[in-house]
Amino acid sequence: MSDGLPDDGEGGAWLRTNPLSVLARAIVQLRGMVFPLVAVLVGGSQIMDDASMLLPIFGIILAGTVISAGYGWYVTRYRIGSGDVKLETGLVSRAARSVPFERIQDVSLEQKLIPRLLGLVEVRFETGAGGKDEMQLAYVSMAEGQALRETVRALVDEAEAMPADGAALAEPQGDGTDAQPLFAMGPGRLVTFGLFEFSLVAFALVIGLAQQLDFLLPFGWDEIETWFEQPDARAQTFRQFEWITGIGGIIASLAGVIAVGVATGVVRTALRDWDFRLERTTKGFRRRRGLLTRTDVVMPAHRVQALVISTSFVRRRLGWHSLSFISLAQDAGSANHDVAPFAQMAEIAPIVAAAGFSLPDPAMAWRQPSARYYSDRALFLSALYGIPAMAMIGLVEQSWGLWAGLALAILAIYAVIAQFWLWRVDRHGLDPAQVLSRQGWLVPRLQIAARVKLHSVEIAQGPIARLRGYANLNFGLAGGTLAFRGLELADARRLRAAVLDSIASVDFAQIPR
Amino acid sequence: MPDTPPKDDSALTRLHPNYKTMTRVEGIFILIPFLIGAFALEAFGPLLAGVSAVPLIVLFLWLVLYLPMRRYQARGYDMASDRLRVVKGVLFHSDTVVPFSRVQHLDVEQGPLERAFGIARLILHTAGSHNASVSLPGLAHADAVAMREEIRQHVKREAQ
Repeated sequence: MSDGLPDDGEGGAWLRTNPLSVLARAIVQLRGMVFPLVAVLVGGSQIMDDASMLLPIFGIILAGTVISAGYGWYVTRYRIGSGDVKLETGLVSRAARSVPFERIQDVSLEQKLIPRLLGLVEVRFETGAGGKDEMQLAYVSMAEGQALRETVRALVDEAEAMPADGAALAEPQGDGTDAQPLFAMGPGRLVTFGLFEFSLVAFALVIGLAQQLDFLLPFGWDEIETWFEQPDARAQTFRQFEWITGIGGIIASLAGVIAVGVATGVVRTALRDWDFRLERTTKGFRRRRGLLTRTDVVMPAHRVQALVISTSFVRRRLGWHSLSFISLAQDAGSANHDVAPFAQMAEIAPIVAAAGFSLPDPAMAWRQPSARYYSDRALFLSALYGIPAMAMIGLVEQSWGLWAGLALAILAIYAVIAQFWLWRVDRHGLDPAQVLSRQGWLVPRLQIAARVKLHSVEIAQGPIARLRGYANLNFGLAGGTLAFRGLELADARRLRAAVLDSIASVDFAQIPR
Repeated sequence: MPDTPPKDDSALTRLHPNYKTMTRVEGIFILIPFLIGAFALEAFGPLLAGVSAVPLIVLFLWLVLYLPMRRYQARGYDMASDRLRVVKGVLFHSDTVVPFSRVQHLDVEQGPLERAFGIARLILHTAGSHNASVSLPGLAHADAVAMREEIRQHVKREAQ
């Protein structure tokens, strides 16, 4: 029943989702069954003489899906009440869920491909319940979704009667009209981004396919193996193709595989982040992105709990970083909201400032974790890999034992070097309003959390840590995790005392959620 | 490893002694299936009479005598004017501080055993993802209720 919404929080009537969602649900469900069905068909045709026997079964599955989707639609109803949003669902077991307006962090709209083709959206009421138990309304028409979002947001704001946290928040509505663009990614940037998202999975897949189908190589994989074992066979193969042709073939094949990996990365990135736009609106940060699945998410600025700025080894050299927000609401299953997935620090800084955080002062006193933590880890990891390595080399007679042993030995050496480097680069620190942590060697990550938005502080020690006098400092952070690992015990206690004093002095209820 | 919880800013309050007794009873409950298994082995198994008693005695000493004592020694709490500190862990040590101003809601829970011993668990729920609820077991029921009321008053006062 998409015949309009209740005007205001009058308790409202029970509403159904859009009837087209029967079709969308059925298609989505069937899509998940395509591969099993094909497998059954292929398997069946090999066992049975007449595979058409299976067609009635397919018919039954199809009808069952449509009926269950229809019934699912029939039993789903929702109501915007005077104090909460209610949703009743359930085929067999009925579930009635009520989310009070005070607990709604945000309302987001998501359009996957099939619903999008039908002009439908999924409305998610984000409650900060850890992502699993979010209330989802699938599906309503686009217009209804937007109206619903506005209605619920207005009611949420009313229910919260938020303190005047920046005059902007007190002003009503106006989504998009006075939006101030913060960050956008055009096609050029997307392609660059895509190049870095080089897909190793696609790479592996292509190699796997090549092995299966032999379509990329001018010779079989078996032949390559025989080259190593029998020089004659190699001569045989290369006489066929000429030496240069053979090498050229290998290079061409590798290039093909790499091209597929790169192309996959670019296409995937473009699909996900097409026309990426981040704006600062009166309601918070509004992010739109996606080609096939277009999402439109608004994150209120005061609900940003912490920032994560990450990069990678190569990206850092070229100045590329990604910025994401940790907030109570969830973003497509991950706890972090990507707000600038691929940007230079100069572009990130204004976003950080807009969220009410500040980047670390160059003069900030970073602190180093305990060296014992890293040496213990290096010892543990090198034993973990090194002992099997020695066992392999010493005990296994076959040649694979030697290779496996060497591989493990390399891992052991790598672990030691990595721990040493981590000790050199891992840092943590406090500034007057924030706790900061910089961790990681190949994939460095900077986390910034507002001190007053932390909820608890734990000093945790395992048996070895107690013996050696270091500890992990875990912060209770809404929607994410923040931990300083391997601190000197005294340092951990000092940090905890400092942070606790800032937390305790400000009541959580005073902080706009 | 030190037997007592490491000293921090202030001394810790010990839990109610009944907590130790209760964990002993819990240990006995855990032993029951092993006891039944041992009897079955004695009755039908190929073992010499009395052999299965050896691991059982070791388990008894560990579960019922040693571990509850160590656990009791390792646990403690400190209730300050604006925060609660909870310390626990024999092997894996954890020392958590929750400021009252971050408490979302509070529970006082009692299982059947706890009720029999007149003790209760105080659970502080925060909005954090890590340590979302911090549980402090082994308080006298009256103490737990009093602490809950005090924290609640604090939360209420602060929120106004």
